[in-house]
Amino acid sequence: MYEPKIIGFLCNWCSYRGADTAGMARMKYPPNVKIIRVPCSGRISPELVLRTFREGADGVMVLGCHIGDCHYSTGNHRTAKRMPVLKKLLEYSGIESERLYINWVSAAEGEKFATVIKDFTEQISALPPFVETMK
Amino acid sequence: MSPTKRPKERIGVYVCHCGSNIAGVVDVAEVSAWAGKELEQDGVVVARDYKFMCSSLGQELIERDIKEKGLTRVVVAACSPHLHEPTFRAACARAGVNPYLFEMTNIREQDSWVTTDKIEATKKAKALIAAAVGRVAYQKPLESLYVPIDPNVLVVGGGVTGIQAALEIANSGQHVYLVEREPSIGGHMAQFDKTFPTLDCSACILTPKMFDAGNHKNITLLTWSEVEKVEGYIGNFTVTIRKRARYIDESLCTGCGVCWEKCPKKVVDPVFEAGLGYRKAVYVPFPQAVPKYPVIDRENCTYYLKGTCKACEKFCPTGAIKFDQQDEILTVKVGNIILATGYDLFDARKIPNYGYGRLPNVFTSLEFERMTNAAGPTLGKVVLRDGVTQPKSVAIIHCVGSRDKNYNNYCSGICCMQSLKFAHLVKEKTGGEVYQFYIDMRTPGKTYDEFYQRIIQEGANMIRGKVAEITDTARHPSEEGKLIVQVEDTLVGKQRRIPVDMVVLSAGLEARADAKEVAQKFGISCSADDWFIERHPKLDPVATMTDGVFVAGACQGPKDIPASVAQGAAAAARVLSIIGQGEIEIEAATAIVDEATCVGCKECIASCPYQAIQYLEDKGKAYVQEALCKGCGTCVGTCLPKSISLKHFTDEQIVAEMIGAMQTMKSFETVEAA
Repeated sequence: MYEPKIIGFLCNWCSYRGADTAGMARMKYPPNVKIIRVPCSGRISPELVLRTFREGADGVMVLGCHIGDCHYSTGNHRTAKRMPVLKKLLEYSGIESERLYINWVSAAEGEKFATVIKDFTEQISALPPFVETMK
Repeated sequence: MSPTKRPKERIGVYVCHCGSNIAGVVDVAEVSAWAGKELEQDGVVVARDYKFMCSSLGQELIERDIKEKGLTRVVVAACSPHLHEPTFRAACARAGVNPYLFEMTNIREQDSWVTTDKIEATKKAKALIAAAVGRVAYQKPLESLYVPIDPNVLVVGGGVTGIQAALEIANSGQHVYLVEREPSIGGHMAQFDKTFPTLDCSACILTPKMFDAGNHKNITLLTWSEVEKVEGYIGNFTVTIRKRARYIDESLCTGCGVCWEKCPKKVVDPVFEAGLGYRKAVYVPFPQAVPKYPVIDRENCTYYLKGTCKACEKFCPTGAIKFDQQDEILTVKVGNIILATGYDLFDARKIPNYGYGRLPNVFTSLEFERMTNAAGPTLGKVVLRDGVTQPKSVAIIHCVGSRDKNYNNYCSGICCMQSLKFAHLVKEKTGGEVYQFYIDMRTPGKTYDEFYQRIIQEGANMIRGKVAEITDTARHPSEEGKLIVQVEDTLVGKQRRIPVDMVVLSAGLEARADAKEVAQKFGISCSADDWFIERHPKLDPVATMTDGVFVAGACQGPKDIPASVAQGAAAAARVLSIIGQGEIEIEAATAIVDEATCVGCKECIASCPYQAIQYLEDKGKAYVQEALCKGCGTCVGTCLPKSISLKHFTDEQIVAEMIGAMQTMKSFETVEAA
C-alpha cells in the first residue's frame, strides 16, 4: 500500500469553487490531491500534464466547468478535445490512461467534487506507483 | 519546460489559524516552523503563524515584515483566494510590493475542512505551501489596466425587484434600459391582491412604481423584449435586444382600449390570469399595464389565422394597428447589468396524488391569488371552478413541491405566510372553515409571527402533517361530493380524512425554466436547483463571479417582496458605486506572444474565445490585443511551439508550483520509508 501523489489542475471559476463548496459543507475526502489553480482548464497544455508525470505524479486530474458554463465561454471546449487525445497518447507510451482524469465540476457541485476526488484516489491506489511503471 | 534558475527572492510565509477553523486540524505552528526551515533554500526568510491573518493586525504583520525584512514576495496560507486574495494583495501593495508578487494557498476549504486525519492535513498544508513558495519566486510584477465605465445600465426583468433597481439608478441620474419579456412590467406582484403580513393592496403599492418606471426620463422601457446576446465585460457590455413586434405603432397608440373591446377572439390567459380567465387576441394583460400599449397575440389572432377580421384596425381611432410590423433588433452599450428575472411556480401537476388538473376544485396558489383579486376573473369572489358556488370549507396545503426530496429539497420561504394570507381571505370573503396542512410553520420575518397568531385567532384550523392524497372517492356519506384530504395528523398521531369543497395548493417557487440558458448568456452560474449563484452567500449577495453582472430578487433563490425589493436596491447601489469610480481595473494577467518563436500557425487565433488574437500579415506572427484578452490561457494550452504565455500563469510558474507540491509529497515518503 502506498499513498498516491496526485496533482489536480482546477479552473478558477467552477471547479476550484466547487472544491471550496465541498470545504464549506465540511465534506471529507482523501488528502492525496494537491490542487493547482489555473484560470481555465483550457490553459492546461498536454506538456504540463506530461511534465507532472515526469515529476513522479501517480495521477493527474483536470477539472473544468461544464460544457456551456465556461467562464470564458468556450475555453473548456479545447480541454474536452485535447485531453482524450492525450489519454490515447499516454496509453501508446505505455502509461495507463486512467492515470489522467478529466471531468466537469461546477461551483455548486461540492458533493460531486468530494466524490470525484475519492473515486480517483481509489482508482490510482489500485495502480502501482507511477515510478514503478516507468522502470 | 523546467523552470529557469530560481530567482533569489526574499519570501515571507504566513500561516493563518483562522481561529480554530484551520488550527483545530492543521498543526499551524509546526507548519510555519517547517516552512522557515525546509523552505529556507527556496528563499523563505520569515515564516509565521497568526490567529487571523485577515485582521488588520495580521495584515500589518505582513506590511511590517516587508519593510523591516525587505520581503520581495509574500505567501499566505489561509482560506480560499476567492475570499481574501484581494485583502492580501492590497496589504502587499500598501507596503510597496506589487500585488502580483503575492500568492495565496488554500489550507481551509481545501484542507482543514475536508481532511479528517490531523497529521495528513498538516502534511497537505506543507505541500500546498511549498507549491506556493515554488511559484511565487517566478511571479512577475504586473500593472493593472484601467478601462472607463459606461454609465448606462441594463436591468433584465420588470418585476418589483427590477423596477426597484431601475428606479434607484434612474433617480441618481444614470440611464437604465429595463427589459421585460411580457407585454407589461409588474411581474408576479401585479397578479396578487393582498400582500402579507400587512394585507396591503398589492396593486395600490406597486402601480405607482410601475408608472414611475414607465415615465422616468432616465429609463428606456423595453417590454415584450428579450436579451439575445451579451458581449464584452464590466464597463463595456454590448447587448443585443429583440423587441418583438406588438403589431401596434406605439407612436400612434393612445391605449384607449377600443381594439380589445372590439376584438371578437377570446383566449384563455395562461400567464397573467394563470389560466383562470380570458383575454382578447389583442390585449393588455391588466388594466394598469405599463406601458399602456396592447400586443396582438399572433398565434390566436383571427387575421393571422384566417386572413380576415381586422376588427381592431377598423375601429382604432388613430390607425395604430400595424399587421406588418417586424421585430426590431436593438444594440445598446451598458457598463453594468442587473438580472432580476424572478421565478416560476412549481407545476402542481407533477404531484398526481394532489389531483391538480384532474380534480376541478383543486387550485394553485397563483389561481387563488387571481381569484381573490378584485380585478381578476371572478371579480374577487372565492368560488369553485363552476364560477358561482361559494365553498363552505377550504383546505390549504403547504410545501407543495418544496421540502420534498421527490421534487425540491429547499424551503420556498414564502408559502407559510402566503397560506396564512389565503386563510384570512377565505374567512373574510366566505366565512367558511379553513384547514391549513403544514409540515412546520416558518414565519421568521418582521411581524410575520404576529400575523400567524392573528390567523389562528381568526379560527383557521392548523393540522400538522404532510398530505398524502386529495381524492373525490367518498368512503362515507358525509364525504359525498367533497374533496377528501387524507393526512396523518402528527400531533394527534392518527390518520384523518377531512372533506372540503375546495383545495388550494401552496406551490413552491422554482428557478425559471430557462434560467440555465440565461445564466450562460450572461456568463454566470446556476446552483443545482438552477438559482443564480451570488458571489458570496453572506457578504456579497447580489454580485456574481462575473464582474459587472449582478443578480437580485427571486432569480437568486426564493424570496418574498420585502427581500426582493431590498436586493433590487442593493444591486442598484453596487452598480452606482462602480459607476461612481469612473473607471475599473481589468485583468492584468493577459496573454503575450513571443514573436521570436511564433511560427504563425494561427492555432491560437482559432482557440481564442474572444477573437483577441490577430494575425500580423506583414510579420507572419500572432498578436494579442490586451484590452480584449480575458486571460483564460486557452491559446497557451494550444500553442505548439510554446510561443504564447499567459502572464501570472506561465508554464514556469505552474511547473514550479507543481514541483513544490511533488517534492514535498516525495520527501514525506522518504521519511516514512526510513
